[in-house]
Amino acid sequence: MFGQIEEYFRTSLDRWTGMLAAHVEVSLLALAIAAALAVPAGILCARYERLKGPLTGLFGALRVVPSLAILLLMLPVLGTGTAPAAVALVLLAVPPVLMNTVAGLESVPAPVLETAAAMGMEERQIWQKVRLPLAMPMILAGLKTAAVEIVASAALAAKIGAGGLGELIFTGIGLFRTDLLLIGGGSVALLSLLTGVLFELLDKLLLKYKNV
Amino acid sequence: MTAIEFQNVSKRFPGAGRNALEDLSFAVSEGEFVTVLGPSGCGKTTLLKLINRLYEPDSGRVLLFGEDIRTADLVQVRRRTGYVIQQIGLFPHWTIGENVATVPKLLKWDKARIEARTDELLRLVGLEPEEYKKRYPSQLSGGQQQRVGLARALAVDPKIMLMDEPFGALDSITRGKLQRELLTLHRETGKTFLFVTHDIDEAFLLGSRVLILDGGKIVQFDTPEAIIRCPAQGFVRSLVDAAKERGRFWEAYL
Ligand SMILES: Nc1ncnc2c1ncn2[C@@H]1O[C@H](COP(=O)(O)OP(=O)(O)OP(=O)(O)O)[C@@H](O)[C@H]1O
Ligand SMILES: [Mg+2]
Repeated sequence: MFGQIEEYFRTSLDRWTGMLAAHVEVSLLALAIAAALAVPAGILCARYERLKGPLTGLFGALRVVPSLAILLLMLPVLGTGTAPAAVALVLLAVPPVLMNTVAGLESVPAPVLETAAAMGMEERQIWQKVRLPLAMPMILAGLKTAAVEIVASAALAAKIGAGGLGELIFTGIGLFRTDLLLIGGGSVALLSLLTGVLFELLDKLLLKYKNV
Repeated sequence: MTAIEFQNVSKRFPGAGRNALEDLSFAVSEGEFVTVLGPSGCGKTTLLKLINRLYEPDSGRVLLFGEDIRTADLVQVRRRTGYVIQQIGLFPHWTIGENVATVPKLLKWDKARIEARTDELLRLVGLEPEEYKKRYPSQLSGGQQQRVGLARALAVDPKIMLMDEPFGALDSITRGKLQRELLTLHRETGKTFLFVTHDIDEAFLLGSRVLILDGGKIVQFDTPEAIIRCPAQGFVRSLVDAAKERGRFWEAYL
């Protein structure tokens, strides 16, 4: 077994890095789009109470649909390739980011916001300088959940032709090649772990005040 | 010059059964130190928040230096009034230095000036800048945080200081020390103070006049001597009696 794995890396390292790169690429793309959608949506929810129910409800419902189902449901709509995979992954990643953004913004203590206003900060300044920064730990936690989920689910995206490390897994399944399965699964697992660690580091770096 | 004036001000919170403040009229001259005394829920905090427009009255007018605050620029009103909130309300993601410099930074003072002012204020409230400036609020005791709140409110030298039970979290020794320092500050700067407390000793010690509030209404607004000499109502008399009772308790051990 070890021999086979070693053999694989000796002969097909390029293919492996290619798949890794594709995996990271589609994951990053999905995360960036999800963040660009969900953080502003969360801000709107926290700001306009009326939006909160419908928006969080909708994405809460989407959240219980399994990732594979979303991926396959995308097939007839968008066909195969990176684009439908990214869309499916975005749908998957939006709920945790949205929920955490709303929860984070709402967790900022009222007296803190009140003092900010009493100091003569304008509405925009209160959001920029106080409310968003204080919601940051929870927003980051939401992004972390989303990122880990994306990296894991992106493996399934290979099923609809998006490439990535999932290809290795599905080839392994198809050919009964345990070595390929192990390499594929192991790489995805490591990548998920690494993603988690990266977010921990980011948290430590950006949110010094929490860790004193 | 009248610094603060209330004209028939009433305030009711949505859904509340009665007015939190009921037809309040009073005036505070520039340079006075007025303490606002009353039991929990009588409307002390509400009264303060009407002055920096965190709340708007349902009827009546509030004037600062003769100007109706509803027509004045909101940000200007707030910059002219230093506010020390009951819950302290420091910004947890900023250091003590940054917290104290909140308003100077909003006003875009240059760095050296901000630095100098921050150090000066921290010393004024008894916190050594070298030791505390770089810390975060969570690294300070409740009493130290309250002092930072006071320093922050004083930063750009507002003419009116609104203080909502600022010494609530302090032990009686530190409290006494800060009370004396506050009186010195008042004497030296001639600022107008509106200081909320539910502690009658504190109210009578600090206030050149004491505004006694009960159930959203003013029951007496006079100098401490006058209030002690002739308490206006049963409620005030019971307050004074309770304080005298405490005095007798201590005298017994002298
Ligand atoms: N935001 C609010 N919404 C509804 N009711 C409020 C609100 N703030 C205060 N009240 C009510 O108004 C009344 C006066 O409250 P206020 O906070 O002014 O009391 P207080 O004198 O400061 O009391 P304490 O000494 O406990 O701080 C209380 O009955 C309170 O329940
Ligand atoms: Mg209060």
